[in-house]
Amino acid sequence: MGEKHKPKLAVWKFGSCAGCQLALLNLEDELLEIAGAVEIAYFLEASRAAVKGPYDLSLAEGSITTPHDAERIREVRRTSRYLVAIGACATGGGIQALRNFADADDFVRTVYATPKYIETLAESMPVSDHVHVDFELRGCPVNGRQLLELTSAFLHGRRPNIPTYSLCIECKQRQIPCVMVSKGTACLGPVTQAGCGALCPAHNRGCYGCFGPMETPNPEALSEQWKRLGLRDEEIVRAYRGFTAAAEAFKKESEAREKQAIQS
Amino acid sequence: MTGFPAKIGSRAVLERRNLQKLFDVLSTQGYRIIGPTVRDGVIAYGELSSVDDLPAGWTDEQEGAFYRLKKGEGNALFHYGTGPDSLKRFLYPPLVRLWKARREDSGFRIVEENDEPPKYAFIGVHPCDLHAVAIQDKVLMTGEYADPFYALRRRKVFVVAVNCVKAGGTCFCVSMKTGPKATAGFDLALTEILEEERHYLVAEIGSEAGASVLREIPHKEASASEQAAAEEAVAEAARRMGRVLDITGIRDLLYENLEHPFWDEAAHRCLTCGNCTMVCPTCFCTTVEDVTDLSGEVAARLRRWDSCFTGEFTYIHGGSVRASARSRYRQWLVHKLAAWLDQFGTLGCVGCGRCITWCPVGIDITAVARALREKKAAGLPAPAGTPEKQGDRHEHACR
Ligand code: SF4
Ligand code: SF4
Ligand code: SF4
Ligand code: SF4
Repeated sequence: MGEKHKPKLAVWKFGSCAGCQLALLNLEDELLEIAGAVEIAYFLEASRAAVKGPYDLSLAEGSITTPHDAERIREVRRTSRYLVAIGACATGGGIQALRNFADADDFVRTVYATPKYIETLAESMPVSDHVHVDFELRGCPVNGRQLLELTSAFLHGRRPNIPTYSLCIECKQRQIPCVMVSKGTACLGPVTQAGCGALCPAHNRGCYGCFGPMETPNPEALSEQWKRLGLRDEEIVRAYRGFTAAAEAFKKESEAREKQAIQS
Repeated sequence: MTGFPAKIGSRAVLERRNLQKLFDVLSTQGYRIIGPTVRDGVIAYGELSSVDDLPAGWTDEQEGAFYRLKKGEGNALFHYGTGPDSLKRFLYPPLVRLWKARREDSGFRIVEENDEPPKYAFIGVHPCDLHAVAIQDKVLMTGEYADPFYALRRRKVFVVAVNCVKAGGTCFCVSMKTGPKATAGFDLALTEILEEERHYLVAEIGSEAGASVLREIPHKEASASEQAAAEEAVAEAARRMGRVLDITGIRDLLYENLEHPFWDEAAHRCLTCGNCTMVCPTCFCTTVEDVTDLSGEVAARLRRWDSCFTGEFTYIHGGSVRASARSRYRQWLVHKLAAWLDQFGTLGCVGCGRCITWCPVGIDITAVARALREKKAAGLPAPAGTPEKQGDRHEHACR
């Protein structure tokens, strides 16, 4: 591939903690190889040198939370051949999407000494709410192995092997005894997309849903089971309002349970 | 040892204190020993190094979506129900690399996979799981599409079965005629007897290999009363079966009720999570993934367990053939309890109960026959919120 033009890679940050970019930097063993295969044209967390667009592959981390973000993501889209949203913020609104369930102006007035300096959107939304994305890589943070798979697939023009089925399928393949069945621990695995390798169940915890909803989620049925395990509606609301609170299926379920909680 | 002719069909008695010898003999013969052991709050198959790794004194309680490890009777070794895994984990592993390819000047070269798989001895296999292996043998080792990876592992196996003396809460092997007593497919089959002063095992010899292993372990011929004790213990388990699935005319019952409201009810609860198919000892569906490394110098084809509950499973251009939970759940059951008969001449269920226990919401396979038999369900309306049916075209069996 020596004489071929090296694809230009850009990494962008929006409303986020920078953890997904860190997941990329953490690929220590492969980072040099990636740097050899692509031209890292824009990646402020790694280097201050910035090469102008257009870019072949843009990775966007973070949710869209300000009018400036909204403008910037349109520009990124315009200058990118492929745009991939990475992480729970970029694909599900992130933890900051909790404000979608309240009045953002209230927060601004309470938190900031001079509210008028703050310019924010009423809702924290996934990138795909603002522009077309070519692919979404889930997780809080994204999984390094999946990031590598995505990059290899992009470089060699093949389809990435990123399943959209439930976390349970990975959990069972890894031979982890189900924490919900064997211990009565609430787990979001059945409604959450695979990808992390069932990290939390492997450590005896229920999944918190950081990879967002799986392809055909049925949160209502899972909530019913959680109630049988003794959880209250308020607790269920909180579970769905985690890392991907703005993802449609989780948002709907948290709102439905909230209504129930108020009625009871 | 006692002039007792250890031959196929005969029954011997081993004292509990001599059971370690079985492990010793099998390890000397180069087997990797797999059997039940307590791990992370469940009794599951794992590698055993000695008799001390067996779940002595432990048992389990199982119901739909419920499993708890519990203290059992005395120091019984084999009083457990089926765990989340079956022999499928070992004979048909969740991930297999089928081949690798390396780029060369003018094209590429295929690198064959020729790692020798381990030689497994399984200890403590329940009769339902023996039947599951027999079914997988039929599916994976016969016909045009026989699987060489399975055959390679399968041919070397040594099996020590255990007849069930305690039926689990989700078991229904009596209905499926697969237990609680092992009738074939083992080298040795043990029945554990705990008496006040004595702890012993009645061993039935199932093969020449079994006979020759037994000859190395202190044993004597089983007396009439010891044999009767074993028979009675197993009969007691049969009487305490947790569940029933009436399979009379099951094939036609399913084929004739493809539009029954039961499917909507099940779909309403089903999470399409795939747990049932992962734990089922007969489910064999897989997918292949083609991968490359970053350099593009090496490519590989991987085979991974898949499930009829995923969208990708029936994805063709334009979408998934089975888009809704209803069609996926129905496919699973109609395949297991009807289409398998046409395809393989056997049902695809052995009554192990795993799919009931490990379904996170406790959907019960035995409920289907009951529901369909209930006269056209007095016009039960389809529950609101049922996933859309459009996009579902037709049911077709896999493989
Ligand atoms: S522990 Fe969670 S992810 Fe694993 S099988 Fe159970 S419900 Fe699914
Ligand atoms: S188990 Fe769930 S919460 Fe934990 S890392 Fe995986 S997807 Fe995230
Ligand atoms: S369908 Fe269920 S009960 Fe039947 S063999 Fe499979 S897991 Fe066991
Ligand atoms: S039947 Fe149960 S285990 Fe199977 S896909 Fe549905 S919810 Fe999951």
